[in-house]
Amino acid sequence: MSVYLESENIITSLGFSVEENMKAMGEGISGIQMCSNTTLSDQAFPVSLVDKNRLNAALSGFSLPDDSTFGKLVFLSAKEALKGSSVDPSDPRTVFILSTTKGNIELMRGKGNNAGNNRLLLWHSADQIRRYYGNPNKVIVVSNACISGLLAMIVGQRLIKNGDYDHAVIVGADVVSKFIVSGFQSFLSLSANPCKPFDRDRDGLTLGEGAGTVVLSNRRPNGRKTVTELVSGASANDANHISGPSRTGEGLYIALKQALKGIDEDPGFISAHGTATPFNDDMESIALTRAGLAHIPANSVKGFIGHTLGAAGIIESLIGAWCLSENMMLKNMGLQHQGLVNSLNTPIENLQQPFRTFVKTASGFGGCNAAALFRKHE
Amino acid sequence: MPLHYFESMNNPVIRKYVSVDNRSVKVNGTGLLLNEQGADFGEFMKQIYHSCSISYLKFFKMDPQSKLGFVAAKILLQDDDRDRFEPEEKAIVLANSASSLNTDEKYFESINDIPSPAVFVYTLPNIVAGEICIHHNLKGENTFFIQEESDIQFMVSYLNILFNTTSTRKVIAGWVEVDLADNYRAFLMDVEKENGGESQGNFTVDFIHQIFKL
Repeated sequence: MSVYLESENIITSLGFSVEENMKAMGEGISGIQMCSNTTLSDQAFPVSLVDKNRLNAALSGFSLPDDSTFGKLVFLSAKEALKGSSVDPSDPRTVFILSTTKGNIELMRGKGNNAGNNRLLLWHSADQIRRYYGNPNKVIVVSNACISGLLAMIVGQRLIKNGDYDHAVIVGADVVSKFIVSGFQSFLSLSANPCKPFDRDRDGLTLGEGAGTVVLSNRRPNGRKTVTELVSGASANDANHISGPSRTGEGLYIALKQALKGIDEDPGFISAHGTATPFNDDMESIALTRAGLAHIPANSVKGFIGHTLGAAGIIESLIGAWCLSENMMLKNMGLQHQGLVNSLNTPIENLQQPFRTFVKTASGFGGCNAAALFRKHE
Repeated sequence: MPLHYFESMNNPVIRKYVSVDNRSVKVNGTGLLLNEQGADFGEFMKQIYHSCSISYLKFFKMDPQSKLGFVAAKILLQDDDRDRFEPEEKAIVLANSASSLNTDEKYFESINDIPSPAVFVYTLPNIVAGEICIHHNLKGENTFFIQEESDIQFMVSYLNILFNTTSTRKVIAGWVEVDLADNYRAFLMDVEKENGGESQGNFTVDFIHQIFKL
């Protein structure tokens, strides 16, 4: 049995659909801008934010299950993806999966004022979207740092392959809040300028806000020039440090090895994690080299849309799938001079060539890593 | 190889299970340590740490949820032969309802003062899994699920998928939570794919319902 990407949506600073996002990225436009909103940070900082006026306009007239920014992103992304889907969200054979790191954390208040607030509970956020669509199944929430989105897709693929469900509606979202901005600032992880993945002068990551939804199904979608299959995926742990990337790329290497087990062809390209922190990108160069993939064209899309945290795995997989269908690979936005422990093949111009497969990777705090293989069918 | 070895393949078993709450620490359902004085969370964790002769200085830097998961896993894997499986064959699948909200609230309180990276790093639920992986050298599958209440049916189903379709041969699985009201509870199981050797029972929904009394 195969599991296909049946329908999808992306909401970022660059647009509210996959097509709109891809048009901008294809033209080399980045959604990262300097922001001097003091509710997010005392100092100006580069960030990729969703246009809130447009978000509100897109949702006017709807009675929203949750009217927070997070609630709106989840609702609109799911709605847009399901609009183009033949999957019935109320079908008992459909399951909803939510991927997020912090959900409604911007609703958090001082100590003692949070215990009764259900909106802070991630399962509650997920349950609201399930209820809205009248889905009868228990909702699944994956919250596993920055691999959450890719891991949620792997979990969905496994449940479908196992016959537990026929379809999975997988929504990932995270909002840029002061909570998150101050945290990454405290780690000295934020870049001064838009992030430069794999560059010798990279100085940190740029945060991004966004949502992504993918409907996975065991039913091959009709009426498309190509379809994308989620072939396999795996997760693994560095067992090394809770916040520092492994110096040997251990977990990512294992995740790649497991995800590509039994696959005898090289992947067409690699959609890497590429946060643009000095240690992360070096770690990826080590892991990809150990996995024998250093020569494969690799990119990070974070120079276009920043690091969208719990949504990143879904958004970036959907970008990769679009590129597969168009036989193109996006350039590494922000990269000028590669500077990595082991050199990688990181194009600085868009590539146009036939691609059949790509690998998506992700790594996160807690030493977690994930990798998945996607294949195009004509 | 004896015939029963083959018959028992793909019949995962629970080798051992550990629960920790504000009343006691139990191993395979039997009390190991009682919180007779009604010590608060921090005191009780220290008592467990010392009574189990744990020596791991990083423990004292951990947030409450990681301390809780760490002691439960330490007791669970105390007599485990680390070399029986490859690190990448050993997975961890945890769940809770409150994510990392207890530490989130602490971090939130610090934002307008001096935000602490040492606290911020614990504002993710899977950090406790990372701490356990580091100490026990688990490099396999990693997933943290957030559930309204413990979903044993799902846990059994998902672990069976891991056993049947991945390299996984051992999973540290269960529930670790310190909630916003400082209530805490951990229930961890050591689940192995192949039968043979010591076991408390089969890895089935019915059996877990019997033992998962927090």
